[in-house]
Amino acid sequence: MAAASGSLLERRLLFVTGKGGVGKTTVAAAFAVMAASQGRRTLVCEVDAKGNLADSFSVDALKYAPTEILPNLFAMAMDTEQSLKEYLKLHLHVPLVSRLGPLARTFDFVATAAPGVKEILTVGKLAYEVRENNFDLVVVDASATGHVVGQLGSPVAMSELVRVGIVRQQTDWMIDMLVDPAVTGVVIVATPEEMPVNETLELVERLDAETGIDIAAVIANRVLPELFGRAEEATFEKIDTPAGRAKMVAVVGDGANAAIDAAGLAVRLRRSRAVHLATLRDRLPESVPLLFLPYLFTKTHGMRTTHRVAEHLAEELL
Amino acid sequence: MATKRNRPKFEGATIEQLAAAKEVIISTGSGGVGKTTAAAAIGAMAATHLGGRILVLTVDPAKRLANALGLERFGNTEVQVPPAAFRAAGVEPRGELWAAMLDTKQSWDDLIRQHAPDAATRDAILANPLYQNITGKFIQSHDYVAMERLYEIHTTGRYDLIVVDTPPTRNAIDFLDAPERMADFFSSRLLRWLIAPYRSRVVSFASKPFYNVADRVLGSQFLSDIAEFFILFQSMYEGFVTRAKAVQHLVEGPATSFVVVSTLEAAPAREAEFFMELLAERKLHLGALVLNKVLPTFLLDRSASASARKMSTDPAQVASRLGPLGDPAVLERVVAEIGENFANYNVVAKREAEQRAEMGRLPDVVVAVPTLENDVADLGGLLALGDYLWR
Repeated sequence: MAAASGSLLERRLLFVTGKGGVGKTTVAAAFAVMAASQGRRTLVCEVDAKGNLADSFSVDALKYAPTEILPNLFAMAMDTEQSLKEYLKLHLHVPLVSRLGPLARTFDFVATAAPGVKEILTVGKLAYEVRENNFDLVVVDASATGHVVGQLGSPVAMSELVRVGIVRQQTDWMIDMLVDPAVTGVVIVATPEEMPVNETLELVERLDAETGIDIAAVIANRVLPELFGRAEEATFEKIDTPAGRAKMVAVVGDGANAAIDAAGLAVRLRRSRAVHLATLRDRLPESVPLLFLPYLFTKTHGMRTTHRVAEHLAEELL
Repeated sequence: MATKRNRPKFEGATIEQLAAAKEVIISTGSGGVGKTTAAAAIGAMAATHLGGRILVLTVDPAKRLANALGLERFGNTEVQVPPAAFRAAGVEPRGELWAAMLDTKQSWDDLIRQHAPDAATRDAILANPLYQNITGKFIQSHDYVAMERLYEIHTTGRYDLIVVDTPPTRNAIDFLDAPERMADFFSSRLLRWLIAPYRSRVVSFASKPFYNVADRVLGSQFLSDIAEFFILFQSMYEGFVTRAKAVQHLVEGPATSFVVVSTLEAAPAREAEFFMELLAERKLHLGALVLNKVLPTFLLDRSASASARKMSTDPAQVASRLGPLGDPAVLERVVAEIGENFANYNVVAKREAEQRAEMGRLPDVVVAVPTLENDVADLGGLLALGDYLWR
């Protein structure tokens, strides 16, 4: 795993995805914090403009223009209309664009009905930042598992539709960059629950079959701690009897019962999730590194949590 | 569980009552909160206890509901959940439970067949490369067909209740706007402007630079594919707009209610609040808020905090006073863990309680479903979950 983990950090463009609610934004933010703290000039971009990335950094709403969060760490929110304008400015004469006021609006409109355009403007902008060496690493808080194949496959889809013209020239270099495992990788975040694990395994197959983009890592997030080893468990079972509980109440007070209930709950939750963790481990191709992040018993949001996740991530990648 | 708010509520308002009274229940919320499972559970409970024919329509591209219902797979066609599955769960259902999953591509094709003015147009659209891409691969197209299909099924009159699980859109309300957006699109001047040169050879002086640019950026082949696509689609304009209005009418009408599902994590809760505000703004019916995966309240017990503290601060002393329960060193570790564990879960339970207290504008029906120790893997699991929803 060490070699694979090494290559994970050396990539230039990381798309972080996962089923909704698994903590993909926090993991993307933590990746960026970790990379930046190691001295890499890092850009992290939220694709679904929900504002969760800004929360992860405890900052105000992010804009299209990158905001410096920490030394070496920049964050932005994707805006496809701005991306289109920037693109037209780069590839066409500026005066012409300014004369064509409604152009951007029209394209945005076409993009709504001829989707794929929005996706490619998103992927294109981020790939461009890498190609131009504006950043050492670009981390994308990408679409959820159900949609990310459409997003990452957009350059290929587009190139099938558009046979000539500027867009066509663009899709070629984008595809080259996306399928190069030394440059681009997908990180899939899953919690040890049935659906997130199933969706992760499905996505691994689909990405391989439909896009050829490499999977840099799968991260099992919010893994519950193991409360008791085997010897401890036997002892806990003795405590968790009417007699054992009565003794405990006599020693530490009435609250002992709820505390013992909580331990029982923790053991059962951990056990039911362990099954899914095992499925993930068994069915994931050996070439894909599997990393683990613990469940954090803290407030859910903000830079404090992001930092803690980044610390665990750095440990896991040592 | 629901408490009295500013306005009076009828005694006993529940999701059960909602399921009995409404024809359409739309389950919504951000990704991962369990809205698919909640929708399936409401459907299963209604089929079991209320009777009639109930359909659970899931519009998610992942095959989640199929898993939850133990069905191998189901496509655009409606499939009955076998009564044997109910018996295996130990219940005799009063009604029938049906399930269907949205097949975006199939639904679009059906729609074209229905609205195309003639066979030539129909075939031309189905063969258009742009059309194939849109319907097969991309996100926004789910939204529209989801609502469209709901409308179509409702209109057949085959079901007493349709429970819909909404697509995991970027924004939980995107699907609501989809029919209107579609109608707007077809009636837009911009669209007509875009396809004008392909209708006639005459291009106005004003718009010429636009086509020059568009041609350079996209290439003329792609432009003509786009134009063909939109010209063909425009022939179905009337049909689409009429349909979009009808869909909207159903969703806004008295037969439909929304159930918002959320966990007590900050991000989903915020989205749920936002969604409830939007429903209110649009005068859509908010039937219930389901708070899912909530930790049990005993984790907030103050006396337990005190007891746990004793265990974690001086486990050796506690262990020695417990008497013979095996190896003293092991016992000490167990005592310390019990104390530590309670403190950990207590933090999360407090955070959840605070989140719940801060959620504004609650509907009359608020239901809390505890974190289940086991996944919902079969109908029995769905009904167990449903028991919490029904209370």
